[in-house]
Amino acid sequence: MELFELTVHALQQKLASRQVSSEEIVKSIFARINKVDDKVKAFITLTEEDALNKAREVDNAGQYKGIAGIPLGLKDLFCTPGVNTTCGSKMLADFVPTYASTAFRRLEEQQGILAGKLNMDEFAMGSSTENSSFFATCNPWDLTRVPGGSSGGSAAAVSADEVPFSLGTDTGGSIRQPASFCGVVGMKPTYGRVSRWGVIAFASSLDQVGVISKDVYDNALIMKIIAGHDHLDSTSAALDVPDYTACLDGDIKGLRVAYPQEYFGSGVDAAIKDAIKKALLKYEELGAIVEEVSLPHSEYALPAYYLVAPAEASANLARFDGVRYGYRDNEAENMEAMFSQTRCQGFGDEVKRRIMLGTYALSSGYYDAYYLKALKVRRLIADDFTRVFKDFDIIVAPTTPTTAFKLGKQSGDPLTLYMNDILTVPVNMAGLPGMSIPCGFDQGMPIGMQIIGKAFDEATIYKAAYAYEQSTNFHTMKPALGVE
Amino acid sequence: MSKDYEVVIGLEVHAELKTQTKIFCSCSTAFGAEPNTQTCPICAGFPGVLPVLNKKVVDLAITTGLALNCEIPNICKFDRKNYFYPDSPKAYQISQFDMPICINGYLDIDVEGRRKRIGINRVHMEEDAGKLVHQGDITTTPFSLVDLNRCGIPLLEIVSEPDMRSAQEARAYMEKLRAMLLFAGVSDCKMQEGSLRCDANVSVRPIGQVEFGTRTEIKNLNSFRALERAIEYEAARHIEAIKGGETLVQETRTWDEEKQLTRSMRSKEEAHDYRYFPEPDLLPLKISQEWVNSIRAAFPEMPEQAQKRLVEEYGLPEYDAQILTLTPDSLAFFDQCLKQYPDAKTISNWMMGEFNRLLNQNNMEIGESKVTAAGLVQMLKSIDDGTISGKMAKMVLEEMFATGNCPEVIIREKGLVQISDEGTLLTLIDDIIKTNPKVVEDYKSGKEKAFGFFAGQIMKATQGQANPTLVNKLLKDRLNHIQ
Amino acid sequence: MALTIAEVEHVAMLARISLNQSEKEQFALELGLVLNYADRLKSLQTDNIQPLDHILPVSNVFREDVVIGSPDREDMFANAPMAEDGQYRVPKII
Repeated sequence: MELFELTVHALQQKLASRQVSSEEIVKSIFARINKVDDKVKAFITLTEEDALNKAREVDNAGQYKGIAGIPLGLKDLFCTPGVNTTCGSKMLADFVPTYASTAFRRLEEQQGILAGKLNMDEFAMGSSTENSSFFATCNPWDLTRVPGGSSGGSAAAVSADEVPFSLGTDTGGSIRQPASFCGVVGMKPTYGRVSRWGVIAFASSLDQVGVISKDVYDNALIMKIIAGHDHLDSTSAALDVPDYTACLDGDIKGLRVAYPQEYFGSGVDAAIKDAIKKALLKYEELGAIVEEVSLPHSEYALPAYYLVAPAEASANLARFDGVRYGYRDNEAENMEAMFSQTRCQGFGDEVKRRIMLGTYALSSGYYDAYYLKALKVRRLIADDFTRVFKDFDIIVAPTTPTTAFKLGKQSGDPLTLYMNDILTVPVNMAGLPGMSIPCGFDQGMPIGMQIIGKAFDEATIYKAAYAYEQSTNFHTMKPALGVE
Repeated sequence: MSKDYEVVIGLEVHAELKTQTKIFCSCSTAFGAEPNTQTCPICAGFPGVLPVLNKKVVDLAITTGLALNCEIPNICKFDRKNYFYPDSPKAYQISQFDMPICINGYLDIDVEGRRKRIGINRVHMEEDAGKLVHQGDITTTPFSLVDLNRCGIPLLEIVSEPDMRSAQEARAYMEKLRAMLLFAGVSDCKMQEGSLRCDANVSVRPIGQVEFGTRTEIKNLNSFRALERAIEYEAARHIEAIKGGETLVQETRTWDEEKQLTRSMRSKEEAHDYRYFPEPDLLPLKISQEWVNSIRAAFPEMPEQAQKRLVEEYGLPEYDAQILTLTPDSLAFFDQCLKQYPDAKTISNWMMGEFNRLLNQNNMEIGESKVTAAGLVQMLKSIDDGTISGKMAKMVLEEMFATGNCPEVIIREKGLVQISDEGTLLTLIDDIIKTNPKVVEDYKSGKEKAFGFFAGQIMKATQGQANPTLVNKLLKDRLNHIQ
Repeated sequence: MALTIAEVEHVAMLARISLNQSEKEQFALELGLVLNYADRLKSLQTDNIQPLDHILPVSNVFREDVVIGSPDREDMFANAPMAEDGQYRVPKII
């Protein structure tokens, strides 16, 4: 196997045993990127020279602890000092932060090496990465299809073996959905588990940083590094982070698995429902107890989400006014014109749509009927999960209603695109952890299984995911990508 | 004011809190720094940043609530107040909307001998905005410059009930509020520096009417005097408009200090839709009874308490007590003197008299002057032990004020030691008597003025340094012994 | 049911985004579609439900009042579109 095909833990072993150097790994990665990225288009910015320099530093020091010497990619909303951070938007096309996101800093402290910044839907708003101001990313399993979004670049890059792992963010499904579409493992931890400092905000009460990887073990390893309290983020949980890799013993006898009937409705493709049902049988085989449950308010999660998220986004994106950084319309004659024209020219349609939706939901006369109502419904959704988790350890469901759709297919009707999130959004509304792991294929396109856990119980998700993964071989399958 | 109408006033006061750092980041709050040298990505609203609340701000807010007799609910939260302006980098201000930290308080004021209670509706925490600098007037400037140093400085907004009925009451409320905030140690309340700001809400209604009239808000009040004048002007404007059958517009107006009138602040959207919603980046605040109690226990002495103490324990007249407790610095100075010198009234006389005169003349606060409590006490003791006379002490105090030197040094260097040696004085007295026989005759025939002449001559001959009490005694003695 | 053009104009003004006529029409339709979809929330009885505005059951997160200092002005202005005399320059207000 080529170096670029290996998992993080495989690379760790090779480095520790001095079989390869970090420089060789980084060179292998960039050779791969050079070969496939003009097809996949996962990267916005590449940092090859810096990466090679860092690799050489690690090799010279000769210490290979943790993820030292291992390359990674970051969704382009993680602030990286000295490196362009665009958020997939014309508004920040030239923005270079002087401060670092905490998640990145923790990886850097362990001498993880940044290979580049990954494409995304503009300001994390979208489910296909087609909303990027720059270009669309393609699904490595079928280059005419979307990789999902908004962390499309992050998922595609891992799927195409361009980086061994990446970080993304998930507000309504933006890690799990692309992971599902691209056949990789994507984990969104509990809200508050990973610091949001230095992560350009979309919806503050929903955004969460997560990991996209080739297998469950890698995911657990990286999550342990980036998770944990950060004094710079008031919403970050002051809780210890368990060693997630230590939970991976494959023993899930007696594990109580619930599957919610509402997630298996007519809106979900039959092939996907079948794959999940097969996975549930596998769980029973492995000794788990599987039962159907109801999350009665499920159908209300998406409409509530499309009020809460845009409302928060409308405030979070108001700072993009051309004054202190970012794009500015220099022709504007006065300040008001500068604001409106900067924001008209700097933002794409989907961003404008959501800002206006959110502004409307908060505006005088509509606040109670829309925003406040949505927050109340949010509590009902969270309560549904709490009730189920009294008697169960994890919830299993499909991640997406369909497999990856064709590029260009869903533009035109915003609601159709929003429906992609219907199975992932409830988890963000409740603030719970959720993972997507490959569990089959439909006509050559990956299917993802979603595993939802109790608050701060990522460990059980990892455990359950690992047990399933090791009893199948989906995690070893790779897209052909039309290259040898 | 008009006999038929009453004016209704409510005041909204913003006080900058005395913290070292800003409310949501660790930038310094020091006044007077070069533009944009006290900003960071957080207070400058950069992408990806998050606020973290400064605990001291909450401590000071609770302190203020206690000083203003407020209820402190056991839970409160922050909200985003959304509006666009270049001095507001996030395009929202983090403030408190429906669950402020303090509610339902009051302040008692004294106006023309009457005591009146003014309700305080709420006190809440929020962050300040930056500063916009125009090239000349806001309407003619070709561009503006933004300085964000002030952005993020913690503010308390204190909203009164519309309980005031005259400009005098409004002023009394502001003066009392300012004193409370100073004594509570929460703000340095300098209106000229902007650490205390006041907006007035004014309306009028026919006497007897229950409904409030149309309200206008007046901004840009930079002194208590401006507050009084603006309220009087605005109330008169309202009454005139009503009498003339005009409809009053609910609007924001600015006080023009130069022209002594209010002007409408032209703006496209009069009613801002702030679209308040709970701040998701900050957690709710639970204010426990223990926390409030611990602040109450450490509460500094407030002016009314101090006045009571000065009157009851030290026998000072109420008037003195009020003057001495106008500022915490003044009270502290007085108390410090009292530790080393037991005569409270003497200290008070000098502080209210000569010392205050010097401070006013030089436009200084007591804390800014070079005179120390120890210095003043030394000066008083020098009078007591006869080293200097009361009159000379005035000169000594002026020197202390100007140079910061202690009385001992000044007395020595200027040779101001009082002449109290009987021998020396008698020699002088005998001399003056001998050379003025006619005046002696005048004195003997009952002309009191003659005595003053002699005394004056002695003082002249000694450049005012003769001990006046002793001079009087010796002179009288000598004159009475002449046949 | 679409929003009216006036409603779209009002929201666009609040959000400081300038729109041309066809954009206003497009958004009027699209926003109407989404809000229509969101209207299904009305069928839920929520009178006695507490809004969930903070996920974590945590309160009282603070920082000590200690000056750490500020980044160099140069760093803060590294991305400034227009600056003068150490300040951000913006076009006239009115």
